[in-house]
Amino acid sequence: MSSSPPAGPRVGLFVTCLVDLFRPSVGFAAVKLMEDAGCTVEVPAAQTCCGQPAFNSGDRKDAREIAEQVIRAFEPYDYVVAPSGSCAGMLKRHYPELFQDDPQAHERAENFAGKVHELVSFLTDVLNVTSVDAAFRGSVTYHDSCSGLRELGVKDQPRKLLKTVDGLEIKEMRDPDVCCGFGGTFCVKYPDISNKIVSEKTNTIRETGAGTLLAGDLGCLMNMAGKLKREGSAIEVRHVAEVLAGMTDAPAIGEKGKG
Amino acid sequence: MEIKSPTFKNNSAEALKDVNLQKALGKVRTGFIEKRAQAADALPEFEDLRDRARDIKDHVLDHLDLYLERYTEKVEAAGGHVHWAETAEDARNQIMEICRRLNARTVTKGKSMITEEIGLNEFFEQNGVTPVETDLGEYIIQLRGEHPSHIIAPAVHVTKDQVEEDFRRAHTQFDPKRNLDEPTTLLGEARAVLRQKYFDADVGITGANFLIAETGTSIIVTNEGNGDLTQTLPKAHIVVASIEKIVPTLEDVSQILRVLARSATGQDMSVYTTFSTGPKRDDDPDGPGEYHVILLDNGRSSMLGSDYQDMLRCIRCGACMNHCPVYHAVGGHAYGWVYPGPMGAVLTPSLIGVDQSGHLPNASTFCGRCEAVCPMRIPLPKMMRHWREREFERNLNSATARYGLGVWAYFAKRPSLYQFMTGLGMRTLGLLGRTKGRFKGLPLAGGWTKYRDLPAPEGKTFQQQWAERQKAKRKEAA
Repeated sequence: MSSSPPAGPRVGLFVTCLVDLFRPSVGFAAVKLMEDAGCTVEVPAAQTCCGQPAFNSGDRKDAREIAEQVIRAFEPYDYVVAPSGSCAGMLKRHYPELFQDDPQAHERAENFAGKVHELVSFLTDVLNVTSVDAAFRGSVTYHDSCSGLRELGVKDQPRKLLKTVDGLEIKEMRDPDVCCGFGGTFCVKYPDISNKIVSEKTNTIRETGAGTLLAGDLGCLMNMAGKLKREGSAIEVRHVAEVLAGMTDAPAIGEKGKG
Repeated sequence: MEIKSPTFKNNSAEALKDVNLQKALGKVRTGFIEKRAQAADALPEFEDLRDRARDIKDHVLDHLDLYLERYTEKVEAAGGHVHWAETAEDARNQIMEICRRLNARTVTKGKSMITEEIGLNEFFEQNGVTPVETDLGEYIIQLRGEHPSHIIAPAVHVTKDQVEEDFRRAHTQFDPKRNLDEPTTLLGEARAVLRQKYFDADVGITGANFLIAETGTSIIVTNEGNGDLTQTLPKAHIVVASIEKIVPTLEDVSQILRVLARSATGQDMSVYTTFSTGPKRDDDPDGPGEYHVILLDNGRSSMLGSDYQDMLRCIRCGACMNHCPVYHAVGGHAYGWVYPGPMGAVLTPSLIGVDQSGHLPNASTFCGRCEAVCPMRIPLPKMMRHWREREFERNLNSATARYGLGVWAYFAKRPSLYQFMTGLGMRTLGLLGRTKGRFKGLPLAGGWTKYRDLPAPEGKTFQQQWAERQKAKRKEAA
């Protein structure tokens, strides 16, 4: 573990709605990783979702109101961190866009955006974490989620840290940067097309022979896990934070609990 | 061209079942992408060139009237004629007038998306003129009675075996037992058939990749040389181009050309880059006797100053569709009109209305790969989102979707109520899903569970567990 920065920063964890509802263990993994790196982590209660469902459905008004709510709740923190490239991208890249017609609100959103980070890149790029204290037996393949990759430049950071996990082997898939077909509401609005895209994805995942699939976004993970399980695959699916935090006791995504 | 965009969902369901199409689309998924990446990587200044290309077009769009005027003066000074067409109908009529005056029976055509946009081939056929497509891909789909499914590779949806079948059916003048196994044999046969057509043609029609204001020149880029024969041999050369094709100077166009072919096919330059300025001069050995330019607006001027102005930077390289997972899945015809893929998802609603083409900007995962490779740095996902906003404002999306969104937003804006409700819901779902860890089906989740299982929630929400943890900590401290 690298040395933590002086006077540990105060971080507001933006849990994301999917982690909050479906996989709290990812949230606790995120807390552990940041606390290990010397941060004080708090979780404002006044958070629900980043507002993407409204924003991407053309409902700017609700998206704005949700954005105002998030900005208000997280303004007191030194940093705002989300275990998702997609939600962090919304907060960082799109919130300022929502207030373009109001100079004061826009400036506030810009200042807020400057403090927002995706979890893994926050660890490496801001806290200068170079290794993690975790072990994992087996091979993994890592999918680059679209928003994290193209809106926030998250690509090498998770791989760098994964390489320091004891016992872990990375087996890269073909085209890890190609979309998994989730796309938020896209996957239920155009299920046939989404299915075609995720089927291509699971093909490339299986080709690697890796035992576990990792990514940094729960939406993509639930989509790929759901498809792999439907196909009868034994490949386990987890959020990258679980492995980096050494918290892999919980059943993998879509797997039943022990006992 | 008939608009089939409203039935995008059915079109794509058919496309997913089409075995030949799916086989053909495999080529797009690999070939184009690798070649573009290699070409971009091999040129250190590629990213800077993209910035410059964007800036050049932005400048033009801010001064479009000025450059169009200058361009027109230069074309006329070189002995050509410029015809302003506000609508597709105007353009068709202007073209037909020239053809009638020259008593044209056969018209050869270079590859042009703009003539697809104005439905020129159908119009010619209705008026007793025979259009002959001379680009190999266009020739193939003309034989098949189809429209292009890709803006630079019009027949990308057709397999080689299908082409062989089409040629045997159409070219009855050749030995039925001839060998057509190799792509080069097919190419040779098309060339032999087309050669005479060039001489027969009275008028040659091409599009334009660029129009240069400084010189009054139109430019086409091709790989087959068919455009050159199309435009130099007949009595008249008609260029059909939309108003945003203008570029100020030769220097500017040479900058944009450096990103065009690299983005499109991964070539440094296309095999032919042909510059045309006016008709044949007295001392020229060959060339057309007349040179006409049809300048088409067809709704573009209303995009100026709108949320969609950036779309007018597009140079039609096709990189966006080459990199689009949705295009890879369903191909170009599913989009239902002239322009497919991400650029079509933005441009089509501008040209035919979002009420006709609302599916197009919605059928995107917003993966952002299109914007990442667009040589003109057009923010395609952002503009698709703007179309979704227009739809939402006009109540064009489905009542169920609006209702669902409304309910969700109501709770999302009330954190305490949201946490109470989701706390209950997730506990129930968690218990129900406990034995299997996932659901094969769930009421209201059919869109998801039709093709994939739904992972069950762990049980208590993060917020519930966090609150318990904080409470325990406080107790400990007390």
